[in-house]
Amino acid sequence: MPALLEAKGLTAGYGAAPVLHGLDFEVEEGGVTALLGANGAGKTTTLRAVCGMVRTTGEIRLGGQSIAGRATEDIARLGLAHVPDGRGTFMELTVEENFRLGAYVRRDREVQADFERMWEWFPRLRQRWRQQAGTLSGGEQQMLAIARALLLRPRLLLLDEPSFGLAPLIVQEIFAIMRRIREESGVGILLVEQNANLALELADRAYLLETGRIVVAGPAAELREDEAIRRSYLGY
Amino acid sequence: MDGLAHQIVAGIATGGIYAAVSLALVMIYQATHHVNFAQGEMATLSTFIAWSMIEAGIPYWVAFFATIAISFVIGAAVERLLMRPVQNAPVLTHVGVFIGLLLIVGNATGWIFGYTTKLFPTPFESDKPLLGGLVSAHELGSTAVTLAVLSLVYLFFRHTRLGLAMRAAAYNPRSARLVGIRVGWMLALGWGLAAAIGAVAGMMVAPVVFLDPTMMLGILLYAFAGALLGGIDNPSGAVIGGFAVGVLENLAGAYVVGTELKLTVALAIIIGVLVVKPSGLFGRVVMSRV
Repeated sequence: MPALLEAKGLTAGYGAAPVLHGLDFEVEEGGVTALLGANGAGKTTTLRAVCGMVRTTGEIRLGGQSIAGRATEDIARLGLAHVPDGRGTFMELTVEENFRLGAYVRRDREVQADFERMWEWFPRLRQRWRQQAGTLSGGEQQMLAIARALLLRPRLLLLDEPSFGLAPLIVQEIFAIMRRIREESGVGILLVEQNANLALELADRAYLLETGRIVVAGPAAELREDEAIRRSYLGY
Repeated sequence: MDGLAHQIVAGIATGGIYAAVSLALVMIYQATHHVNFAQGEMATLSTFIAWSMIEAGIPYWVAFFATIAISFVIGAAVERLLMRPVQNAPVLTHVGVFIGLLLIVGNATGWIFGYTTKLFPTPFESDKPLLGGLVSAHELGSTAVTLAVLSLVYLFFRHTRLGLAMRAAAYNPRSARLVGIRVGWMLALGWGLAAAIGAVAGMMVAPVVFLDPTMMLGILLYAFAGALLGGIDNPSGAVIGGFAVGVLENLAGAYVVGTELKLTVALAIIIGVLVVKPSGLFGRVVMSRV
């Protein structure tokens, strides 16, 4: 069985300057893959490349189907949801409207049931239901961004630094919810995260990027034990 | 006293026209962040299309709805063919396209239909005085039509899935793509709707100001004043602004500056709003935490 997401020789860049120099990586069906690396290593660009927001070469397959070079909206319709840096919520619209937009492409009858599931996972969003998304706290906005993405019922969820700019307690709360999502929903996750500790705890596979190249790859448990990674990224 | 009441009612009637054109301006502004200067010329062309159908013996309401449909297609085609190739170009390019469009549509209309002033029929005729002679049948009817159009547009944007998707595409195209919305088509749809609304405004105002290729020039200025007064980024504000400008213009024309200087009122409002409160009366200040 092929992996849920498979990238081979993936390059991408902005204008003439390439940022990624031929990446090979995978996300298993229902698995969590973490991309680690310093600022500027190309983590965010990797996510943008997967969902067609930058020009790429190389191969990208979602469930065996090639998605390289396709438009972002078409990739979304194939079941790939992205929570980009800056979250990608609709600040001017209400929480409810953000929910509805998350399920925009769906035609099935279970949208309401999924709303209820999101309320259970993110009870605070229910309290803020008719509020403008721009008025939510940073943590609530991140929750809304994740809920918005899950409402697409994606096969694969891309998460760009869900802990960015949030207080430690809120980060704990969001990662606790993500563990639940992982157990209860069966969605595959490709996670970019500065906080390597948290990321490796959640992930089953991990890659370390340096200046657009993968320098270490393997099961998350192994990377946790890796001397170089521990010193540079885990800090003990 | 009767005179004053009549001026106010007549102001509301023309205000409805301005409100419709203001709304069309705001819709394009929300999607592209620029004002479509050619909005008026496009509406004039639509009105001429309606006129030629009516001249050819087609019943008024058939011509009315056919014109709306044709205008929708023209508007969407303009977005697809002219705006899309320059969508990532700098602001001045867009302004250039808008002005080019204004000149081309305006002069093509004159070329095809001629510059002589034409009578445009009203579907609203009545022998009996309405509201004690306060209002003409056309004023009442055109106000009802514009109000109906404005309510339909409101319901569409507030309560339909497509309306929500269009708003999302206008506010945040990048995120809209991530939820699977085809942003390019939403823009084309917005242009089509704006052109259709402009067509209604043109057909409602033509019996009053008479039909010629420059008919909408003044209307567009009033509508622009209305949109700015209400807040260029707020559709309901633009509608209220349009009505307010209609009443103000009529009162100022009757009691203050005289009919000759009415247009000055619109320009004064534009400059006044830009100087005192650029966001307009109802321009929403979007809150965001960073």
